[in-house]
Amino acid sequence: MADLCAVVGVGQTKHASCRADVSIAGLVREAVDRALADANIGIDDVDAIVIGKAPDPLEGVAMPELWLADALAAHGKPVFRVHTAGSVGGSTAIVAAQHVMAGIHGTVLTIGFEKQSDGNAMWALSVPIPFGMPVHAGAGGYFSPIVRGYIKRSGAPSHVGAMVAVKDRTNACRNPYAHLHEPDWTLEKALESPMMWDPIRFVETCPSSDGAMALVLMSEERADKHAGPKAWVHATAMRSEPTAFAGREQVSPRAGEMCAEDLWRKGGITNPAKEIDVAEIYVPFAWFEPMWLENLGFASRNEGWRWVEDGITDIGGALPVNPSGGVMSTNPIGASGMLRFGEAAMQVMGKAGEHQIDGARKAIGHAYGGGSQFFAMWLVSNGKP
Amino acid sequence: MSEADGIMRLRQPISVTYNWSAGPNATSHLNGLLAGTLIGKRCPSCSLVYFPPRNGVCPKCARVLGDDVVVGPRGTITTFCVVNVPFLGQKIKLPYVAAQILLDGADISMQHLIQECEAGDVRIGMRVEPVWKDRSEWGPSLENIAHFRPTGEPDRDMGVEAGAS
Amino acid sequence: MARRDVAIVATAQRPNQVGSTLTSVELILPVINEVIEKLGIERQKIGFWCHGSCDYMSGQPFSFVAAVDAIGAWPPIIESHVEGDGALALYEAWVKIQTGECDVALVFSNGKTTSGPIDRILNLQADPYMVTPLWPGFDSLSALQARACLDSNVLTEADMAEVAARSYRDALNNPIAYAKENVTAEQLLARPYVTAPLRAHDCGVPVDGANAVVLAAGDAARGLAERPAWIRGIDHRIDTQRLGARSMTESFSTAVAAHKAGVGDDRIDVAELHAPYTHQEILLRRAMNLGEGTHINPSGGALVSNPAMAAGLARFAEAAESVFSGSADRVLAHCTSGPMLQQNLVCVMEGE
Ligand SMILES: [Zn+2]
Repeated sequence: MADLCAVVGVGQTKHASCRADVSIAGLVREAVDRALADANIGIDDVDAIVIGKAPDPLEGVAMPELWLADALAAHGKPVFRVHTAGSVGGSTAIVAAQHVMAGIHGTVLTIGFEKQSDGNAMWALSVPIPFGMPVHAGAGGYFSPIVRGYIKRSGAPSHVGAMVAVKDRTNACRNPYAHLHEPDWTLEKALESPMMWDPIRFVETCPSSDGAMALVLMSEERADKHAGPKAWVHATAMRSEPTAFAGREQVSPRAGEMCAEDLWRKGGITNPAKEIDVAEIYVPFAWFEPMWLENLGFASRNEGWRWVEDGITDIGGALPVNPSGGVMSTNPIGASGMLRFGEAAMQVMGKAGEHQIDGARKAIGHAYGGGSQFFAMWLVSNGKP
Repeated sequence: MSEADGIMRLRQPISVTYNWSAGPNATSHLNGLLAGTLIGKRCPSCSLVYFPPRNGVCPKCARVLGDDVVVGPRGTITTFCVVNVPFLGQKIKLPYVAAQILLDGADISMQHLIQECEAGDVRIGMRVEPVWKDRSEWGPSLENIAHFRPTGEPDRDMGVEAGAS
Repeated sequence: MARRDVAIVATAQRPNQVGSTLTSVELILPVINEVIEKLGIERQKIGFWCHGSCDYMSGQPFSFVAAVDAIGAWPPIIESHVEGDGALALYEAWVKIQTGECDVALVFSNGKTTSGPIDRILNLQADPYMVTPLWPGFDSLSALQARACLDSNVLTEADMAEVAARSYRDALNNPIAYAKENVTAEQLLARPYVTAPLRAHDCGVPVDGANAVVLAAGDAARGLAERPAWIRGIDHRIDTQRLGARSMTESFSTAVAAHKAGVGDDRIDVAELHAPYTHQEILLRRAMNLGEGTHINPSGGALVSNPAMAAGLARFAEAAESVFSGSADRVLAHCTSGPMLQQNLVCVMEGE
């Protein structure tokens, strides 16, 4: 029923802990200009803009898409803002794709960004709420007990998180845009990294980054006339569930499982482990790689950590995960999900450069947010569905 | 261009003052804390007991929670982490344990601090009890409880789903 | 691709009030349950949920996350959130239905405008380098716009007072309106300025509110409502925000959106305009060529109750209700966002 949609341009900024050389608008425009150049179109060719970012208090600008209208040359155009917590970069790309699939616009520019250095992220993410108990433990304090639950139930050895960290940091060295370029990590050294939120070591946590990602999406009619590689959107899926309720499964949330099942069904995938060539998965703490491998239906329950140990998720493995270095190497919150979606597109477009997976035809982008409760995913391919 | 070449950054502190509402559904829970009693609420639809009664609703059933239920004061650690990161405004000595505690009679765990034992001795399934601050420091807040400490009872078997909720 | 026919089939709003002690979840839960009960449908029939709200109004990052508690998101649901008015969430839901992925969508929004200094909070929407540090406030920016309109003879203070008097009188018939008064323009003009040239009655009253609207496609809509309010056209556009770079005496983005939504194709019986300031209603009417035959804001509009981030969706609810009741056949709902009518969403709905 719906029209087809293709990614025809991808652009991202150089990510860094502080991009003091650009304003928020300059950061966004850096990614946009690269995406437009990649698509070989001008900003006037864009019909509508869909923009996403995580909480506004991170930069101290409320609904910044209003002010950014100038930087995006959006005067007289539709600008639409999405905010779905950490999954926002993924949800934003999906909302943008739906504008195309619904036949409303032929060319849509979508952007995810965060300039965390412009505000105080640690403050913005843990404003103390009256009447409760401020345990002051941050995001790691929230997710580390869940990781402990996974380790206990799966029997995973304690070095698996460090293995993922070393893999992602090593992969990031092949990605010129990645925030962290730390080529010297070894498993031995990683295991000596201090425990931040036991059982999570420092090396197993993501950095805080400034950065942006932009994608140019086109309808089938326009994409067919457009020269250059394309990533066709085969399926999109979103699911949400409440943060906390009695008996909630937090290690492998039902919303994530349902989202993946929906994605595979819509994309005609019956054996994801076999049919998917590369996965860009939202892994802000290293242990989430094996956890999400299970939640997504790649690995069976309690087996995800074995995939890490066996090198299946390495570049060169059967299912490379985060060849870009992933969130573990670059985390501008509001852009992180779109970076996963965009990197998946780059893989099937053959544009991933040094971290290209040879012959990648089908890839997924994955994002999650909140208390592991908001999920957004897409499946892209170099061929039409 | 370096910072010396021009104005690269502008410091602009933003302050906004809000009136935070606890909401009427939290009244009995907060009054309980003022009296040193832990009061949760039962969902009239699924019968599960929420402590604290988060926003006064059962997120599964989209129903306003019903009867008050006294829970605890003892509980069991369902999972935990050991925090080694100094946070802005943090008043607690490092390292410390932030644990999910399932109070007796409640169906959902809540996060609080574990003290009066070595971080390395904290276990999933460990039994704990609250240590209240001096009554003169009390307000309508879970901060009335300084921390939880081990009771010395035998551990509870939390099963293979430990840490799941 | 041919457009699917989509209609509003039910609405629910809570009475607008000042200084509510309810949490956002407690504000939202009753309107969601009410709109579902009105339709008598299973919660699982709702294929998509979309929420509009603003973190800075609640003073808490990720404040919308708690709202998921109010909607019974179990088993997990397909859901999204916009940082902005619920009317934009409605637009996202309309897009979703157009893809064919779902037939019924529930849209909701909440605005606790009185829990913080809303004039200062909305100031944070301005250019963070050049404008926000001056802390002009939202009212002052709107006053600049009103002054420009007065000085270029686009309107008079008496025109503005007429808008307010009509709104306050119409609100007498609206049980959920907050401010209401049987008053004339002459009486209002005798009152003092608050931010010259704006008097108190020229500025929308910040209130706490929440609302919910259900959209449905084709036969699903016909099965759910006796007289659905069919969306015939919907579009939104943005202007530059820069104070010196755009005309303050007209609303370009409104004119474009209205044209795209087909406003001029036929007579409009009722127009619910989201105009938080009296002069802005006049600018909107001019941008959309709304004439004498159109009843503007029979609800009293955002002037008498302005729950920021919910006031635009409230216009949709009010306009749709006038179609449900048969009192209007062709209606317009409008939502604005940003300082001085920067972004505008226009929708035309019809009864069958
Ligand atoms: Zn329940």
